[in-house]
Amino acid sequence: MIMAEPLLEVRSLVKHFDVVQRGIVSRKKTGVVHAVDGVDFHINHGETLALVGESGCGKTTAAKVVLYLEDPTGGQVKFDGVDVFQTFKTGDTAARLKLRRSMQMVFQNPYGSLDPRMTIYDIISEAFLIHKHIPKDKWKDRVYEVLKMVNLEEYHAERYPHEFSGGQRQRISIARALAVEPSFIICDEPVSSLDVSIRAQILNLLADLQKEQGISYLYISHDLSSVRQISHRVAVMYLGEIVEHANTDDLFTKKLHPYTQALVAAVPIPDVDKKTMRIILPGEVPSPINPPGGCRFHPRCPYATELCKQKEPKLEEYLKGHFAACHYAAKFT
Amino acid sequence: MEDSLLEIRDLKTYFFTEAGVVKAVEDATVDVKSKETVGLVGESGSGKTVTALSALRIIPRPGRIVGGSIKFEGTDVLAMSDEEMRKLRGRKMAMVFQDPSSSLNPVYTVEKQLSDILMLHRNLTKKEASERAQYLLELVGIPEPHTRLKAYPHELSGGMKQRIAIARALSCEPTLLFADEPTTNLDVTVQAQVLELMKKLQRDLGMSMVMITHDMGIIADMTERVTIMYAGKVMEAADTKTIFHDPRHPYTEALLAAVPRVDQRKILEVIPGNIPNLIEPPSGCVFHPRCKYAKQICTDAVPSLEEAEKGRLVACVRWKELHLKGV
Repeated sequence: MIMAEPLLEVRSLVKHFDVVQRGIVSRKKTGVVHAVDGVDFHINHGETLALVGESGCGKTTAAKVVLYLEDPTGGQVKFDGVDVFQTFKTGDTAARLKLRRSMQMVFQNPYGSLDPRMTIYDIISEAFLIHKHIPKDKWKDRVYEVLKMVNLEEYHAERYPHEFSGGQRQRISIARALAVEPSFIICDEPVSSLDVSIRAQILNLLADLQKEQGISYLYISHDLSSVRQISHRVAVMYLGEIVEHANTDDLFTKKLHPYTQALVAAVPIPDVDKKTMRIILPGEVPSPINPPGGCRFHPRCPYATELCKQKEPKLEEYLKGHFAACHYAAKFT
Repeated sequence: MEDSLLEIRDLKTYFFTEAGVVKAVEDATVDVKSKETVGLVGESGSGKTVTALSALRIIPRPGRIVGGSIKFEGTDVLAMSDEEMRKLRGRKMAMVFQDPSSSLNPVYTVEKQLSDILMLHRNLTKKEASERAQYLLELVGIPEPHTRLKAYPHELSGGMKQRIAIARALSCEPTLLFADEPTTNLDVTVQAQVLELMKKLQRDLGMSMVMITHDMGIIADMTERVTIMYAGKVMEAADTKTIFHDPRHPYTEALLAAVPRVDQRKILEVIPGNIPNLIEPPSGCVFHPRCKYAKQICTDAVPSLEEAEKGRLVACVRWKELHLKGV
């Protein structure tokens, strides 16, 4: 296999938020939230990378920084050879728009992400107004085309968001992202607010679009069952850091990090013949304002030793293409 | 059924809204025996929560029970006076709600919320109630229960709040606990803690539990029997193993085929269409517009909930001729 240049390359991404105490006249910085603390990953053409973790692990923040929707504190993002942060900071409008067109996002809550006062036609064609990539007389055709891609009908274009169910709204969000022909879409928990019978529709739709158009996805989720279903590779995040990273099947069959082990074991399997063997972690995810020293997972880890309290483990390759950040990962290979 | 703790028969609960009558629960039949865990499965609008609220008679306006019967320990719940009902609630039947942030009162401490119930139902003194509250926090695995008693809900994490909601529901040692999606808002590792806790408490306290959820994984793991609801109606009921291995209703089959699982990648079979509107539900079988086995008869005839075998209920006119696939 020829190793092609990845579509997206993220290097040592850091995002810190200041915690500010507001007085009457003064503002005092009282702490720093380490939302994302040195994260590396890449996504190849036509591939889906899943970023998984529990609430507060920094997965959504990482995605927003990649799109420059949040100012980065540090790090570098290259998309198709272009330096994303540099382009948004110093590049001209044309270059910025070009990047925006190729990187799109679908949000978690389809009730909040569609403007209730706009028709579906207006919602989708708003992108044409900004990017001017198709002449006005072709707008209608393109709107119908993207609606068809997500299995909606032409007459839906004249309706308003409130006339649609959650699943249909999520299709509209996907159609809106598709309208500008992106090569990369970030999907932030796209099915978690949907009913179970609707989730499969959206997961299959995303997979079909990828097959037909070669779109790459960054799929952000805490739902490991859907991650197993849709992604090629998985990166597991804990408190702002990636703790394990591998091909999907490798990761689910051989879990090298104790956190991944517990996370996967915690998911109930819809099968009466498989007993769920939970690994109960004590406590909850600590605050990212003062993350624990050493390995950030050590206060909850069943295998933690003195070494884990002292020294922070690095993300290292233990099996081919299988990275983990644990001093004892070799034990689990 | 002689040892039935809760017996719901042909329950009809409607909401009389301005837009029309919403038939939230239509002819639901559910049985809960002593010391067992029953699952109530359904998606939004399936009527699973309203069924539980009906049993406790706490349906919000403009909802009303318009038909059917509910018996708890052999007594007709619907015929009870408000006073008798108040004594039953909390003491015999309790409920844990989905969102602990909104089910706990934000302006009272944990201690007050727990001891108020104990003082009311058990006639404990303030001091006794406070001691008992501390014991309850220990029971649900809250570290440093003494200091947590003085905390307000906003000072606690989601998992902690849900534990307190559970402690509150258990405070009078009810014989029946309704748990309405108790872990939906929690992170996976915290969900694991809470489910494990509920299993242990159910065993230790010897109570019955109704687990309301849309997660087939939780059903497989936690329940002995299960009732599957869709659009206000019971589709199928049987013991959990049977439901998974040998479903008799097309909706059950479709649901099992549509959920992804963490231990393998599979072909997800899509259930086409959307959940129906309950003001004007589809004619005949409510599932027919989305059912791949639907025939003309399914549009015309409303299937009744038949007893296919002992302890097995199915509401599908074609169940005898269909050979459905389980997992």
